[in-house]
Parts: sequence; structure tokens; C-alpha cells
Amino acid sequence: MQILQLKETVAFMKYRKVALIFSALLMIISIVSLSTNKLNFGLDFTGGTLIEVGFEQPADLKLLRKVMDDNGFSDAKVQLYGSSRDVVIRLGQREDVKAEMLGNEVLAVLEKNTGQKVDMRRIEFVGASVGDELAEQGGLAMLTALICILVYVAFRFEWRFAVGSVVALFHDVLLTLGLFSILQLEFDLTVLAAILAVIGYSLNDTIVVSDRIRENFRKIRNKESEEVINISLTQTLSRTFITSITTLLVLAALFFQGGALIHGFATALLFGVFVGTYSSIYVASLVALALGISREDLIPEVIEKEGADQEQMVP
Amino acid sequence: MLNKYPLWKTLMVVFIIAFGALYALPNLYGEDPAVQVSGKRGVEANAATLDMIKANLSENNIDFASVVLEKGQVLARFQNTEQQIKARDVLDDLLGKQYSVALNLTPATPDWLAGIGGTPMKLGLDLSGGVSFLMEVNMKEAINKAKIGMVSDFRGDLRNEKIRYRSVKESGNAILVKFRKVEDLVAGQSLLKKRYRDLLLTTDEGSLTLTATMTDLKLKEIREYALQQNITIIRNRVNELGVAEPLVQRQGKKHIVIELPGVQDTAKAKEILNATATIEFRLVDTEGDITSALNGRVPASSILLTDRDGKPSLLKKRIMLTGDHITDAKSGFDEYSRPQVNISLDSAGGSKMSNGTKNNIGKPMATVFIEYKATDKKDAEGNIIFEKVEEIISVATIQARLGKSFRITGAGSQSEAHNLALLLRAGALIAPITIVEERTVGPTLGAENVQLGFQAIMMGFGLVFIFMIIYYRAFGVVANLALGANLILIVGIMSMIPGATLTLPGMAGIVLTVGMAVDANVLIFERIREEIREGKSIQQAIHQGYDAAFSTIIDANITTLIAALILFAIGTGPVKGFAVTLSIGILTSMFTSVVGTRAVVNAIWGGKSLDKLPI
Repeated sequence: MQILQLKETVAFMKYRKVALIFSALLMIISIVSLSTNKLNFGLDFTGGTLIEVGFEQPADLKLLRKVMDDNGFSDAKVQLYGSSRDVVIRLGQREDVKAEMLGNEVLAVLEKNTGQKVDMRRIEFVGASVGDELAEQGGLAMLTALICILVYVAFRFEWRFAVGSVVALFHDVLLTLGLFSILQLEFDLTVLAAILAVIGYSLNDTIVVSDRIRENFRKIRNKESEEVINISLTQTLSRTFITSITTLLVLAALFFQGGALIHGFATALLFGVFVGTYSSIYVASLVALALGISREDLIPEVIEKEGADQEQMVP
Repeated sequence: MLNKYPLWKTLMVVFIIAFGALYALPNLYGEDPAVQVSGKRGVEANAATLDMIKANLSENNIDFASVVLEKGQVLARFQNTEQQIKARDVLDDLLGKQYSVALNLTPATPDWLAGIGGTPMKLGLDLSGGVSFLMEVNMKEAINKAKIGMVSDFRGDLRNEKIRYRSVKESGNAILVKFRKVEDLVAGQSLLKKRYRDLLLTTDEGSLTLTATMTDLKLKEIREYALQQNITIIRNRVNELGVAEPLVQRQGKKHIVIELPGVQDTAKAKEILNATATIEFRLVDTEGDITSALNGRVPASSILLTDRDGKPSLLKKRIMLTGDHITDAKSGFDEYSRPQVNISLDSAGGSKMSNGTKNNIGKPMATVFIEYKATDKKDAEGNIIFEKVEEIISVATIQARLGKSFRITGAGSQSEAHNLALLLRAGALIAPITIVEERTVGPTLGAENVQLGFQAIMMGFGLVFIFMIIYYRAFGVVANLALGANLILIVGIMSMIPGATLTLPGMAGIVLTVGMAVDANVLIFERIREEIREGKSIQQAIHQGYDAAFSTIIDANITTLIAALILFAIGTGPVKGFAVTLSIGILTSMFTSVVGTRAVVNAIWGGKSLDKLPI
């Protein structure tokens, strides 16, 4: 079976202006949202206490909020989590010395006031300093990852490709963050992990495309750079689609089956893989082209490799 | 041209996958309910304990599957949880004082598998349920205490050498000593230089001031010591909790991670972790009558305490020295290679010890370990009541007038000396610790997570399976074989690496690897199709397909690996688990989808000339 049977080269680069405007627009929206809405940072980063409880009957959120309010937890945010019986209660930082005891106290209060058996599912307490440190480390990790990748790609390919792929990564990360900001989805440590995985995935795609562009620059003479890129993108398009499909399939499984705890993780990856596929076609190649990638840039290695090629052509 | 693998290469593929499968196997066996008996504070379970446990269980008509002695612990397995709980209660009554008796789930790995090191994967707390703490050591306080100690040491040293000084005080990271005369300054400098090699000494003759700055090395040493000491103490306390497989580990420069699987009562765990312990030295009351004391007539100036085995001793009420003067304690050997414990005191402690011992040479001195243990009772405000537990840990004869550093011999075996040193160090807690992060996962959520993760893996796997067969037909089956082998290898390697734990994000990592692992095959297969379209012969297309895709696959995977490694470096707990499975998955998938599928493709289609390929 074959999904795409492309007889002719698709003129991807013809639409580069449209792509450029489209990407720029999305990036601006993301930046605006990130600076106004900010990210809805989860407990991992903000610090505080989170209590997840399970009830035997569907929970009455109004009652729970009142109970919390009456017992001195007026800052409590009460939400359903995953199902109608699971409730998550978030409490902010407290000056209280016994902040780490909060979880148990809340449990006791709930048990007393709802008359239901409350099943403690999870209690998390994160001190403020830890959250700050984590946010710092997380940003640092992302930066380190980008730099390491930049260096590797520059070393293996050419600096124009490296810049192209890093711009593409930046694009993907920014849009994914933008999505989380616009929808105000909770941004916790697993989402950060997902974004690093998005970096890995998107790069995977970009490298496959760059690899083919390099190969074609060596093989195909007397054609414009733009044409060579178009040919390469067309050749790799069916692979790009299939890999995206299989990855999206497993991510869908994770999204629907994985439970509430990794919902954010799956969301970030689903979206990230989507943008990553787009950016490896448009952003990375476009940047390389704009920076003036041409046959000559890849020539030094050509001589050696072509010899090897030739020998194999003659059986 | 034909595509053939030499026999050794095919065999290697088969061997590696079989090896992975062998070590993945223990995960298929379930777990047995068990009771684990391990010694508290350096006590080790031995053959006698083993016999005692066996006898006691039979006496109480509790059937057990097996009772074995392993690494100083006794592990008793049972057929069902009912017997397990009964056994726990019985054994706790019998051994509770010296041993911690914990409920445990032990992998039911058959002996032959366990014999070659086969164990199931370790589950993270988000899957097994339990509590984890992140504790932070207050380094500022540690350095502060070190400075205060140094100020009093300096004073003592200068006084002993009769060097007159105006003042000794701390200032920033340094200690300032002011003298009255230049001669004193010079003498003071040469004395302190000899004693404290890890300090940087500068003098200013104008203001007659000597500045002693702690070198970075010294500061690092203090921090390191504070961290190590806290870890040692926490390990001891965690053993008190009777948790089956606790984990106490340093993380970074000032944090300690504590994981207590299966623990739900976090309040009690916290109280115990925050409990204090200290050491006291007292003279033994040799004049008092021990038998009458046992009958309740304890002399007014004495107290009656027992040692670990319950042997009573009468001690003087007056405390000769408290443990907060101890700066270090190390176990070692004396000149006759007998085990001993070397103790260092700060200078105030040194003079107290010297005064206390000078008239008591030849008399026995006892070391008492005092601990505040959480009880099951609570007071009116719901706070846990602590019970003061005093226990004699050693009695030694004073051989000479003791000073700042002395040694205790006759502590028994080397391991006992080691434990004594450990306990002595525990008495002097130099840096306070606070809980900065706590995560508790209930058992229901843990079990649910396992189920959800497993379902997600199976579903993702199934979807990709179907897709690949529809899209690539026979070659899709080959890719699926590789995917299956990949899963086996991931599980096998995760089980083999001792530090690797499976977490919920880790399971997500496996799912993601499944999706991404087929990418290598997609690359290869698409390339083969392309080559066929270009009119190459079948065998050449296979060869070219694998060849051309190889470097792309390597490049693409290495970059993902970079991202995973960075995640591993910064992540903790569950996220680290994700990085681990992702990294392992990347490596194994490269093997199975490139080398593995090639072996199958070569074996089926590689050896003959074909006009068509089922791809």
C-alpha cells in the first residue's frame, strides 16, 4: 500500500512566503500569549501542596469548596481530575512551618465533613526553593540541549543546516509553549520532558530531510538549490508522513489510555509532533535556503563519496 | 549480487535477543507476600535468628513457603497475605526490639533465574505507591557551626600555648584573631599554621590581626561532611521505619532523596526522620549494687540503663560529655590490629573530657545512645508522642587522661567498631535538614497507573502493528518482529541495570519509542521502494536501502539521545525514568530495526534472485 504516489516534484519552496507568514504569525501569537497569559505552571515549579483524593460517589465540588473554605483553606483550588470521583485540591505556599503536614490535615478535614470514605491517591508538597531551582534548571536544560544539537549538526552537516534545524526546534518549542499558554494547560515537569522529546523528534525529522538534501546536492548537478530542496522534500515526504502517523498513533493511545497524570505529556507531544513535521519541511529547509545553501558548500566531501557511489552502481 | 549475513552475525542477533528475553523473563512471574526481618542499628540477622524465626513460625502454626538468610536479613515468604500479616505480628512481638519487621512483596523469580542475576524491573513510587521526600541540608548552618567550632578551638590552642590574644571572632568566611604584641602574632601564626593546614592564614602587623580564611577545599569538605553525615543518620532512622526497600541517596550538592515504597502514614515517617539522636559519656557507678538497683533501689547519684542485649549497668547521673562536642569518629585498628574507634572532640569537649578523666584512670566509662522515637500514641493536639530511649552502646576502661582526641578499644569486632563510629557521629548532627519536597502516592493510584501504562503500551503497539502490516505487508511483519524484540530488549535491559526504575512517564517513554522505533524501518523500506522504482534489481535495492538509510538513522537517533541524556541529567524521579527508557529504547531500536530486520530480510529474501518484493 502507498499513501502518497508522487510522480512529480512538489514545489514546496514556491509556498515559502505563505509558510513564512504562517509561522511568523503563530510565533507572534505564542510570544504575545506567553508574555500576557504566562504559563500555568504546575506544582513542580510554583511550589505548594497538591492533594488528589478519590470518593466513592461522584464528588460535589461546591460542597468541597465550602468545606475547605470553612476550615481555613480559603486559597484552595478544587477541581475534578480525570473522572467525576477524583478531585484535586491545590494549596499555595504557606508561611506555616508545618507546610509539609498540610496534606494529612486536609485529608482529615475532608473525611470529617463529607461523611464519605476518602481514598488518598496522591499528596505532593514542593517547597518554593525547589520550584525556583527547577525552573532555572529546566530552562538551562532546554538551552543546553539546543546548543549541543547545534554543535552536533554543524559538525555532521554544515552550519546552515545547523542554524536551520535549531530555528526549527525553537519554532516547535515556542509554538508548543504557546499552546500551553493559550489553553492555560498545566505546565509541569512531565510536560517539560515532553518538550525535550519534541526537540528530539522534530530534529529527527529535520535531519532526515537535511541528509537527503545533502545527498541530492551531490548527485544532482545543474539544478537550482531551490529545485534540489524541492526534490529532496518530495522524496522524503512519504517517510515523513508515515513516521508522523505511527508516532501520532501511539501518542493517541497515550492520550486516551494513559490517564490524567500524563495527559499534559501526551498533549505536548501530540502537538509537538504535528508542528515538528511541518517545521522540518518548511522552517528548517527554508532557513538553510535563505542562508544561501548551495552545492559548493557540500563539495569537499563529494569527491570521496561519489567514487564510492559509482562502484556500487556497476554490479 | 545476493544479500547474505554470515552465520555468526545471524547468531549474534539471535543470541542478543535471547539474552534480553532471558533477563526480561523475571517480570512475568508475580510476587510473593513476604516478611523481611532486618537488624536495627548495625545488628545483623544471622543463622541463629533464622532458626528462631523458623521455630517461632512453626510454633504459631503459620505455614511459610521459605525462610532464607540473605545479606544480613531474613526473608520469609508466604502463600497468602493472611499468613504474611499474622507472621509479621508474631515476629514483631518476638524480635521487634532489635530488628525491624517489614511487610514486603518479593519477586517470585525461580531460583535458576535469580541465580544468574535475573530480577524484575524496579517500579518507581508512582507505580508502587509510597512516599518520597527531598530533604535539604542547611549548608549555611553547617559552615556557621564549623566557624563557631574553630573560634573555640583557636582560643583553646592559643591559651594552651600561652600565647596572649585580644580577641577571636568570626567575620564572613574568616576568623579574625587580634593580638596585643607582634611576637604573639608571629607565634600565633606559626602555631595555627601547623595545626590547621586547610586554612589560609594572612597577618597584618599594623593592626596586629591574623585572618584565617577557609579555603574552598575546606568549605567543600564541610559541606560534603554535612551531607554524608545526614545521609548516614537518615539511613539509620529509615531502618527504624521497617520499610522493605528504602532508598536514601544524595542528589546534587545539598539534597537527599528518600524513597519509602509502601509507606502511607507520612506523618509518622516525617516525625521519625526529624527525630533527634545524641550521645552521652558517663562514668560507670562501680560502687553501687546492681542487684538492689534492679530491685528498685537505685542510688540517688546514679541511673540504671541497659545495653542492646538487655544487660543492665549502673551509671553515674553526672554527664561527663555530650555528643555535640564530637566532631568526628572513625573506626580503625590499633597497633595489635584490634578494632578501635577514634573520636575527635572540639576544644571545649577536649577540656571537659580531660577534666572528667584525670581522676578516673582505670575506671570504666559508658557511651550512651539517646534517641527520641515516635510512638503510636498522640497527645491532645494530635502530635505524636516521643519516647526517650537510652541505650548503652559501649563500656570501655579509661586508660589515661583523655583529651581532644581519644580512642575506644574493646568494642568487639570490626563491624561493631564501625557501627559504633557511625552512632557516635550520629550523635553530633552538624547541619539541620528540612523537607523541601514530598510526594505520596496511594496504593490505588499506583496500581491504576501500572494498568493504564500497560494498556497504553499495548494499544500503541497494536495500532502500529496493524498499520505496518497494511502498509508494508510482509516487510511490515518484519518491522513488527523488530518492534517486539525491541520491547523485550528494553524490558530486559531495564531489569538488568540495578539503578533503573520504571515510572509512569517511563512507560510513556516506551510507548513513544515504539512509535519512533519504526521510523528506522520506514526510512529503510521507503528507500528500498525508491530504489526499486528507479529500476534497480531487487537485491541491489535491499542493499542500497539499508546502506543509504544507515547514516541518516544514526544521525537522527544520536540527536534524540542528546536530548534524552540532558533530561536524565536534570530530571528526578519519574522524569528520570522517562529519560532512562527513552535512551535505552533509542539504542535498542537502532539495533533491532537495522541489524535485526536485516538478518530476517537476508534470511528470507536475500539468498535468491527475485523479481518482486512484498514491500
